[in-house]
Amino acid sequence: MAEARGPLAPYRAVLASRVRAQTAYRVSFATDLAGTGLVSLVELAEIWVLFHNVPALGRLTFPAVLLVFGLAELTFATADLLVGHLDNLPTYLREGTLDVFHLRPQPLLAQLATSDIALRRLTRILFGAGAVVAALVVNDVELDARAVAVLLVAVPSGIAIYTAMFVWAGGAQFFLVHAAETTNAFTYGGRYAGSQPASVWPGPARVVFGFLFPVAFTGYLPALLLLGLPGPDWLPTWLGWCAPVAALWMWMFALGTWRLGVRHYQGAGG
Amino acid sequence: MRVFARLLTAGFRQRSAYLGAAWGRLAANATFGFLKAGILGATVVAAGGSVGGYDLAQMMAFVWLGQGLLGAVDLNGTDTLARRIRTGDVAVDFARPLDLQLSRLASFLGERLFSLIPRGLPSIAIGLALTPMTLPLAAGPYLLGAVALVLGMALSFAVVYLVQVLAFWLVEVRGLQVLYMSFAGFFSGLFVPVGLFPGWLQGVAAATPFPSMLMTTIEIVSGRVTGSGALGLVAVQVCWLAGALAAGQVLTRQGRSRLEIQGG
Repeated sequence: MAEARGPLAPYRAVLASRVRAQTAYRVSFATDLAGTGLVSLVELAEIWVLFHNVPALGRLTFPAVLLVFGLAELTFATADLLVGHLDNLPTYLREGTLDVFHLRPQPLLAQLATSDIALRRLTRILFGAGAVVAALVVNDVELDARAVAVLLVAVPSGIAIYTAMFVWAGGAQFFLVHAAETTNAFTYGGRYAGSQPASVWPGPARVVFGFLFPVAFTGYLPALLLLGLPGPDWLPTWLGWCAPVAALWMWMFALGTWRLGVRHYQGAGG
Repeated sequence: MRVFARLLTAGFRQRSAYLGAAWGRLAANATFGFLKAGILGATVVAAGGSVGGYDLAQMMAFVWLGQGLLGAVDLNGTDTLARRIRTGDVAVDFARPLDLQLSRLASFLGERLFSLIPRGLPSIAIGLALTPMTLPLAAGPYLLGAVALVLGMALSFAVVYLVQVLAFWLVEVRGLQVLYMSFAGFFSGLFVPVGLFPGWLQGVAAATPFPSMLMTTIEIVSGRVTGSGALGLVAVQVCWLAGALAAGQVLTRQGRSRLEIQGG
């Protein structure tokens, strides 16, 4: 590694070592990839089973929901690959190992974000991308400049929204410690909500997942834009163009919570 | 037997020490519950008031009973046994004059039965208060349902134990645990009732132990299955449980003889 200099060099070195470590045991790595792919398949099967019983849900057909699912899966899985391991924070907090990170001269969040990168999550990203492509084909979406613009706005914003959700959840862990499942409701619940037609959400869920944790912007709203469909009350189709605003809001909320959390942290004593 | 009763109580007490965590789980539960109620309710309405034999009231009962009982069963497969095998800590467990599998089962039941207080009952209360959910008024479904619940809990433990004990051979079982989690959630009826599956997929589900973990209890407590049908489902649970426990005993013995612990 000739270019192992510059401010990002430590992160690059760490990430390269993580990649080497995971691909060292090939059989284990292959089963990991397959297992993770199956998670996506089962999630899609859950939606498909519902559509096996009814032709449309929340005014969307199965091909339309496939697009919602694909976009949510692609963006969530990418976020999960990048920062999903922030979920380990409660373990560090409980065991007192977080203090070790504080000793190093790099920002805590940057260290934690590069502390692990689970390559098995690549399968989910590919599965999500495959679902998007399949949905674009079966829905007969014409890939004109507008459609490409929708995707270029939606996918990065979606990834930003979900990564911010993980950061927010991490920040909240400093206060909750033993209640990781409270934040899981919003990260993984958000992921579950993200692949549904938002028009079926009950009123309060529409507020929570439409605006507070804006996962409606990751799959449902971009899909409406691409398919030219009307949205329900509170979620008009044009709102899909505001996905970057939603992502910005989520990041402000997340970084605020993270700062408060780190400041609240007292260390493990000793 | 006294020892197992003590382990059960200790497990129960251990969980009761973390009330904050229990509240967190309830919040997570309710959030998922409302999302599930939204999409499954919409499915019932879209199907014209009834789907797969569920009307709206029964579907809401499915959602909130499922959410309430979710904490009692292990559908994630994240037991710590595999880690103890990998690190060698399991040698300490073997040194105790207790059966590894049964003592872990007792602790599991204790820990998870506790979840019914902060999580189970409130989830059901939320469903009754805020959705058109109904529950039977007779005692029978609840009594048999309690039996089915404990059997389902023990079965979920016994199958997770099988996954974890394979660590004697595979060292790393995370891939298997993820597989278990995917199949268990889907086939146990965590998200969609097994009754809504297409026929062939219901056949596949019936050939696995997963519906016996959660779906059976929900069907009995909600009063959708009664009388000999309910007893038949419980008999199926007993068969799966006996098989899974026996397989676990065999694998534990085989694995123990393979175990090599490093260090002094």
